[in-house]
Amino acid sequence: MSSETKQILTTDGIPLEVSLKKAERKNKIKAFLLVAPLLFFLIITYVFPIGDMLFRSVDDKMVTQMLPKTFKAMENWDGQELPEEEVFAAFHEDFIKLVEDKREGKLSTQLNYTKNGFKSIIKKLRRASKKFEEGNYKEQIMSVHKRWADVEYWRAIQRRAPEFTGQKYLKGMDMYVNEEGKIVSVEEDRRIHRVLWLRTLEIAFFVTVFCFLMAYPIAHLLATLPMKYSNLLMICVLLPFWTSLLVRTASWMILLQQQGIVNDFFVGIGLVADDNRPEMMYNKTGSYVAMTQILLPFMVLPLYSVMKTISPSLMRAGKSLGGTPFVAFWKVYFPLTIPGIGAGCLLVFILAIGYYITPALVGGASGTLISNQIAFHMKSTLDWSFASAMGLMLLSGVLVIYWLYNKIVGIDNIKLG
Amino acid sequence: MALPKYTEPHYRIWHYIYLTICAAVFFFLIAPLFVIFPLSFNAEEFLSFSDGMKSLDPDAFSLRWYKDMIYGTKNPWGLAAKNSFIIAIFATIGSVILGTVAALGLSSRHMPYKGLIMAVLISPMIVPLIISGVAIFFFMAKAGLAATHTGIVLAHIILGTPFVVITVTATLSGFDHSVTRAAASLGSDPVNTFMKITLPLILPGVISGGLFAFVTSFDEVVVVLFLAGLENTTIPIQMWTGLREQLSPTILAVATCLIILSTLILVTAELLRRRSERLRGINR
Repeated sequence: MSSETKQILTTDGIPLEVSLKKAERKNKIKAFLLVAPLLFFLIITYVFPIGDMLFRSVDDKMVTQMLPKTFKAMENWDGQELPEEEVFAAFHEDFIKLVEDKREGKLSTQLNYTKNGFKSIIKKLRRASKKFEEGNYKEQIMSVHKRWADVEYWRAIQRRAPEFTGQKYLKGMDMYVNEEGKIVSVEEDRRIHRVLWLRTLEIAFFVTVFCFLMAYPIAHLLATLPMKYSNLLMICVLLPFWTSLLVRTASWMILLQQQGIVNDFFVGIGLVADDNRPEMMYNKTGSYVAMTQILLPFMVLPLYSVMKTISPSLMRAGKSLGGTPFVAFWKVYFPLTIPGIGAGCLLVFILAIGYYITPALVGGASGTLISNQIAFHMKSTLDWSFASAMGLMLLSGVLVIYWLYNKIVGIDNIKLG
Repeated sequence: MALPKYTEPHYRIWHYIYLTICAAVFFFLIAPLFVIFPLSFNAEEFLSFSDGMKSLDPDAFSLRWYKDMIYGTKNPWGLAAKNSFIIAIFATIGSVILGTVAALGLSSRHMPYKGLIMAVLISPMIVPLIISGVAIFFFMAKAGLAATHTGIVLAHIILGTPFVVITVTATLSGFDHSVTRAAASLGSDPVNTFMKITLPLILPGVISGGLFAFVTSFDEVVVVLFLAGLENTTIPIQMWTGLREQLSPTILAVATCLIILSTLILVTAELLRRRSERLRGINR
């Protein structure tokens, strides 16, 4: 008798193990083929374009392509003293080409980003270069303006040599690379982006807190009331949830305007004087109030679905063991709702941090968020690479939160009402 | 919610405070929607209640803003409504087909890299809309689809599929796979099985996912703002422009129509959800 177990064969003589593996693989391919159309559609129209944003945000080929010979000649230059004649000659050659293509204006704009003062000396150089004689370009260029003889300006040109730059990301943090190549912050009063980032975080945080404080009691009420009442009240949560965002924002604009109903009410009960109606819109207050109401359903629904699963006998047990209702609530009920709290808070926070429409309409200048800045650069200044950089900074923040969300509740637990 | 007779007074007081807080929050949630309703029938051009309206004088109410919405010469609402419906319907069809098929694959226990693929499929829902808008705009501009209906429909399919994937996978999680095996053993091919067995059973999930996709497209403004040209204007774009420039009562008339539409969608979605839960045997 052999000690080896005999291989089990299927009816057509193939070992069972092989046959099963084959079937398994076939099933895998079948399942994947079903997902494939959507997956590839999203990869092409969505995932790649986000990658494209990354590329755009660091792309700095413009100057590299405008001064190819100069940068080639600069490779041997140590940047300590003025470059050799060879660099000046190469620069002259590139520059003449640019003047022929009428692109020297673009060069001056670009170089001016790196160091102020390039605009005028490039204009002067263009005029002077028409009378340049062959040879000894160093002397001739330096004689156009004293800045051309300043090594700082040549270093500034050299800094634009790489095809890629992190400059836009630094700009998004209100920082830049100074003459010595160090990363420094811009002056105190020009730090607009940091203010926006902080305000975005602040508003998202407080909106989340307000939503939580308001949603917890009503989610509890909905989960404990008998079905026939809770279904009716649930409509109060679901109707705003299904209603157009712009409709809800419009209603807040009507309510919060200076001659609006909320102000009328305050005047009516004598809280404020008629001639001293507070501004409740076009500032932070507007953003807070409208965003809290709009995002509230996103907090209520996850809390409700968790609270619905908590058996009421647990609270009764807590009380019968001698806890007061408050102790029973705090020690028994509250800990059980933590998954719902986590889900709701992160969902609201993620949505709030990327909010655009509502702040733009009711936020005014002091209530706008980082998204509004991104849209501004996309539509008005057309600085798409900067918009991309800020978008990706925001995205990486959201991904961190999303990762936390996944750790705490899991992606599969997303509930839609 | 009646309290037991033995409840001590201070808990009784606390209980009524709790109910008052709840009532206030419900009021905060729902009241803003009801402000629009009466004001859209205002006979005057103001966005606050006139004295006539407060005293319920019939002359203070009129349908003039509704007339303006429909017949107004310079009003773009007709074109916007047409575009919105066309775009939303095609986007919904696309999202439902792609999303349902993908959900079928994802629910198979043989699916490799499930977590990663799910994350990609759901990402348009998680990524802030402004970023999706920028990315989709770059793609559509390169593909030459900016300022076309096709481009906007594709963009809305991207944004709508996550909802379909989520609702249909949820419905499929309670699905008894032995019925499809039974169909297969009786000689039915997979397509036939899907059409005759699976689809009717998961239909509530598919339709409610479709409703989500429809609402997402119908209400979407951020991405459309980047993509749309003058010809592709939609209701949300018109509302956005109107709200930015000047709040006119015509917008309130449109808003009232939208609230009625969303009420209908809500009722449908709720009925479907209950039916789906009944079918899956979840009795609460």
